[in-house]
Amino acid sequence: MIFGLFVLIVIVVVALGAMGMYNTLVRSRNEVKNSWGQIDVQLKRRHDLIPNLVETVKGYMAHERNTLEAVTKARQQAIQVTGDVAERAKAENALSQTLRSLFAVAEAYPDLKANQNFLALQEELTSTENKISFARQYYNDAVLRLNNRIQMFPSNVLANMFNFQMEKFFEVEAAEERQAPQVKF
Amino acid sequence: MWELVRANQRRAAILVVVMAALLFVLGYALGETLAPGGGLGGLLIAFLVWIGLTLVSYFQGDAIFLSLAGARRIEKKDHPVLFDVVEEMTIAGGLPRVPDVYIIDQAAPNAFATGRDAQHAAVAVTAGLLETLDRDELQGVIAHELGHVANRDVLYMLMVGVMMGTIVLLADVGARVFFYGGGRRRTSSRSGGQAQVVILVVAIVLMILAPIVAQLIYLAISRRREYLADASSALYTRYPEGLARALEKISHSTAKLTTATRATAPMYIVNPLGVSARGLADLTSTHPPISERIRILRSMGAGAGLRSYDEAFRKVTGRPVGVVPFGAMAAAEHAPAAAPAAPDATTRLERVRQTTDMLWKLNQFVFIPCACGTTLKVPPVYLGREIACPHCGSVHKVQQPAA
Repeated sequence: MIFGLFVLIVIVVVALGAMGMYNTLVRSRNEVKNSWGQIDVQLKRRHDLIPNLVETVKGYMAHERNTLEAVTKARQQAIQVTGDVAERAKAENALSQTLRSLFAVAEAYPDLKANQNFLALQEELTSTENKISFARQYYNDAVLRLNNRIQMFPSNVLANMFNFQMEKFFEVEAAEERQAPQVKF
Repeated sequence: MWELVRANQRRAAILVVVMAALLFVLGYALGETLAPGGGLGGLLIAFLVWIGLTLVSYFQGDAIFLSLAGARRIEKKDHPVLFDVVEEMTIAGGLPRVPDVYIIDQAAPNAFATGRDAQHAAVAVTAGLLETLDRDELQGVIAHELGHVANRDVLYMLMVGVMMGTIVLLADVGARVFFYGGGRRRTSSRSGGQAQVVILVVAIVLMILAPIVAQLIYLAISRRREYLADASSALYTRYPEGLARALEKISHSTAKLTTATRATAPMYIVNPLGVSARGLADLTSTHPPISERIRILRSMGAGAGLRSYDEAFRKVTGRPVGVVPFGAMAAAEHAPAAAPAAPDATTRLERVRQTTDMLWKLNQFVFIPCACGTTLKVPPVYLGREIACPHCGSVHKVQQPAA
C-alpha cells in the first residue's frame, strides 16, 4: 500500500517534470521561429530601401557604376535566396559589404552629402542595419538556448522522442562585419 | 529571456502575497481593536480599499504616472534617433510591441518606464537626458527601461506600491482612532478579558511594524529590480560601458527633477530626489548606490550576459548570493560583449539643438527657413503677423505650418 503510493508519487512527479520540459522545448522552438521573423522583417525593410538609395545616388555618382551595380546585384541575390538560414546569412552579409563600400565611396561626393533625401535614407539604413544586428543577436541567443536543451540531459531524451531539430545560427563571417556601415561626414 | 521573467514573477508573487497577508492581518487587528468582534469588518474594509486601488492602478496607473511626471507623447518625426534607439532595443529585448515614447521637458537627465505589461508599455525620457547622452549611452538607458518592461517590473512596482500605500494608510487611521477615540469603548467592554488584551497588544505592535515591514519589502524589490534591469541592459546592448557612462553622467548632473515625488521616485533609472532625500542609511534607499552599479557594470569584463553580471555583482558587493534568479542563470548563455555598432559623432551642442527644436515644435513654434541660411523659430503668438529676419532683413509672413 505504502509502496504503491510511493510509486504513484514518483510517476506523477516524473510526468509533471516531463510536461514542463516538453513545454520548455516547444517554447524555445517558437522563440527561434518568432525571432527569425523579426530578422526577416528588417531584411525586407533593407531590401525595400535600397532601390530608393540607388535612385538617389545615381545622378551624383555617375563614375561609380560598378559600386552601384554591385549593390543592386547583391540585393537581387539576397532576395532570391530562400530557405536555409546559412545561405541567406551569406547573401545578406554580401549585401552589407556592398552597402558599406557604397557609403564609403559617397564620402568623396560633397553634393551628395548635402542631399537631404540621401541623409534621411542613410539614417534609415544605419538604423535598419542596427536592427538587423540586434534581431540577429536575439535569434542566435534563442537558437543557442534551443540547441542546448536539445543536447543536454535530461531534456535531450524528450527532444529525441518528439524529434526536435537543432537550428542553425545566423553567422557573421568576420568580426569586423558586426559593425554597421560607418559613415562619417 | 522568459526564464528571467518567470523567476522574477515568482519571486514578486511571493512578496505580493506576503504583503497582502500583512495587509489583511492589519485590517483584522484594527477591526478587532475598534470594536470587539469587528475583525471581519476590518478585514473586509482593508480588502475593498486594496482591490479598489489595485484596479485603478492596473488600468489607469500608467496614465496617472505619466501625467504626474509631466510627460508628453511624441512621434517618430519629432525625434528620429530616440525612436530608432527604442525600436532597436525592443528588438534586442524580444518585446512584442514598441513602447510609446514620451518626453519630459526637464533639464535633469532621467528616464522611467511604465505600463501594465509589454503590450501596454511606455518609456519616458527627459529633455536633459537627450541632451547629455550620446547614442550608445542613450541605448544603455533605454535598454535598462525596456528591461523593466520585459521583466514585468512595471506592474509589480505599481501593485506593491499601492499595497504599501494602503498599509501605511490603515496603520495611520488605526493609530488615530486608537489614540483619540478608541479608548472609551475599550474600557467599557468588560466581557473581553485576556483575549481582548492580547489582540490589543498585537494590534499595536502590528500598527507600528506593518508600515516598516511593508517599506522594507518594497525597497528590497525595488533595488533588486534596478540591478536586474542593469543586467538586462548589458544583455540587450552587449555593451555595459554605455550604461555605465550614462549613469556616471546622470549622477554628475546637478539639475533637479521638479516633477518627481516620493511616490514616483522608485520608477526612475536614477533616484530623482537626489542625495538629500536619501541621507538615511542604505537600507531606506529605493535605488542601489550609483557608484556600485557603475562598478558592477565595469567589472563584467568580456562578457555581457546575465551570468557575467551576476559574477560581477558578487565580486563587487561581496554578497554570496547574486541578483539573477537561479532558473534564469541555468539558461543564461555566454554572451560576449561587443563594440557599439556605429560610434556616435554628434556633439552635445547638436543634441541640445535637436532636443530644443523638438520641444519648440511640440509647443507649436513655427520654423521658417530664410533665404540667407538662418532658420527663424517663431512662437505661436506671432501667427498671422509679419517678421523680419534679424540677419538679412527680409520679411516673412508667419503662417500655420502645413502639417
